Amino acid sequence: MSAREAILEAIIANQPAGNSLPEIDVNAMIQYDDLVAQFKLVLEGIGGRLIQVADNDAVQDMINEISKDKETIVNALEPTEALVRQLETLSLSSLAMVDLAIIRGSYGVAETGAVWVDEKQMVIRILPFICEQLVFVLDRAGLVTNMGEAYQRINTFETGFGVFIAGPSKTADIEQSLVIGAHGPKQSVVILVG
Amino acid sequence: MKGMNHADAAEAFIADEPRTDWHDDTLWFVREKRDKAAHGIPEWEQLREWASLIKNNVLSNMSKYLVEFEAKAIANGIKVHWAKDAADHNNIILSIIQENNVKKIVKSKSMLTEECHMNEFLIAKGVEVVDTDLGERIVQFRNEAPSHIVLPAIHLKKQDVSETFHKHLGTEKGNNDPQYLTQAARIHLRDKFIASDLAITGVNFAVAETCGFVVCTNEGNADMGAHAAKIHIACMGFEKIIPKAEHLAVFLRLLARSATGQPITTYSSHFSKPKADQQLHIVIVDNGRSRQLGREDFRNSLKCIRCAACFNTCPVYRRSGGHSYHTAVAGPIGSILNPNLDMKANADLPFASTLCGSCSNVCPVKINIHEQLWKWRQVITAEGLAPKSKQIAMWGMSELLARPSIYRFAGKAGRWVMRVFPFLTNNKLNLWYKQREMPEPPKESFRDWYQKNKK
Repeated sequence: MSAREAILEAIIANQPAGNSLPEIDVNAMIQYDDLVAQFKLVLEGIGGRLIQVADNDAVQDMINEISKDKETIVNALEPTEALVRQLETLSLSSLAMVDLAIIRGSYGVAETGAVWVDEKQMVIRILPFICEQLVFVLDRAGLVTNMGEAYQRINTFETGFGVFIAGPSKTADIEQSLVIGAHGPKQSVVILVG
Repeated sequence: MKGMNHADAAEAFIADEPRTDWHDDTLWFVREKRDKAAHGIPEWEQLREWASLIKNNVLSNMSKYLVEFEAKAIANGIKVHWAKDAADHNNIILSIIQENNVKKIVKSKSMLTEECHMNEFLIAKGVEVVDTDLGERIVQFRNEAPSHIVLPAIHLKKQDVSETFHKHLGTEKGNNDPQYLTQAARIHLRDKFIASDLAITGVNFAVAETCGFVVCTNEGNADMGAHAAKIHIACMGFEKIIPKAEHLAVFLRLLARSATGQPITTYSSHFSKPKADQQLHIVIVDNGRSRQLGREDFRNSLKCIRCAACFNTCPVYRRSGGHSYHTAVAGPIGSILNPNLDMKANADLPFASTLCGSCSNVCPVKINIHEQLWKWRQVITAEGLAPKSKQIAMWGMSELLARPSIYRFAGKAGRWVMRVFPFLTNNKLNLWYKQREMPEPPKESFRDWYQKNKK
């Protein structure tokens, strides 16, 4: 008998009967009147930064501002085939030199300060993790109130890989002292449009 | 602490009083952060109830969900392996390593691989295994095991880390700044991520309906490893399966808040297909879990989502340190999981508790931890495996409690002895006197008082 059959057989023999699934009522989860204010509060509380701009022109101005002192920049706001090919040919050592990556996020969650980004948006999976600074551009319409609503709106397993990112990478493994910038970005900015 | 039971190892731990106090205070601080986060969510108790009911449903439908998950995973290009026990698990990993001629691997936190002692096994076969979670890297350098499932190096002070990094990474001697030390680890581990051919991660949740699994970290080490390597192996105990993606909303809302008081971990990564030119493997492990599923009194322990809230709140854990539990998963939850893995070797653990119930009160999936601890004590005592000192004391108590007249005499005699000859109880042979002052004995028993005062 294979390990698979043996395990499944033992489980079937031992699993208890009954226990139906509960209905999860997303409306019973916490709501916020002002999604932007709540998102900003939580994001800043976890070491991130929120910048609000009026329109796409203003986004470009803000990106120019953030890019000023950066050497290696990957702007993935238009994830074209050409950009995909270009990034795929880069070695990991080259990617580790990326100072700034700019990626479009699709949803922001007011409750947790997290931004959802899928594989198509990040172009290559390692980009939002290996860069020194990460900037998300997010539409105001993409803000949802809580994680329940986020999962209603997002088909999380659609593209092969997707991730909620809440603020910069961090650790408190040395005496519980918070240090920003463990393995991933040391700075995390969300530009909210509209 | 191998070969030592909990009480002896705890005694060694508390010999350093300032450090014990620091450990106690630090974990209590984490517990308080958990409280603050939980109190910020009005529907917290409803979330716990939902999480508990979903996990109950998982226990009842485990085989169905696993088969469903497997079929979709295969269709998504994921290679699925099944491991009956730790040896099976380690051999599956080794065979993937050997087939692909891999020399260097990186690993993010996986308590399952600790449970299976995978690192020692692979290193003995000549494979370089690098733990990439900062806390795990620290303890790996020191040849220690993690002392906490969320905060692996919580037993260490920054001076200890500084000395370890000075020795292994050449950091400045005496520089204890956590920022500096973390930066040194970042540089060191970036090289490891880039050079590694294979990454091993754990799994926090695997979703049956849509096929995919979620890995949660704050550091980003699981993602750095998994996306940099040509091969990604995710290892999961089979109880990590949940029915639907929408249930992730319930669990992710509970997990980080219960663990560290954060609203969510920095990264909640959802994997469902390998990236181009990458192999993605999932190893589904039993290792005693199906046996635990069959134990009516203990099967609820399989609902655990490994947040460690029960560690942080436990008065015994906080004052005895994770290593005193001599197992991969310490704390109250470990004390109800480990007797299933090896009842004889872990017979001491259910006794490492005051049964105060705080663990059950903070558990985000409502496991009745303290009741299970009490039930394990009965099973272990019935099997004749209870610690000898407890057996004799318990036998004496049961003889005494079965005979009211002797009980009354013993109480009187005890009170008299404690008053007239205090040194007879205030000595090293009385285990209760260690670390404690004996109380002033009352002049009369409650029974005598009641007889006198009843109307």
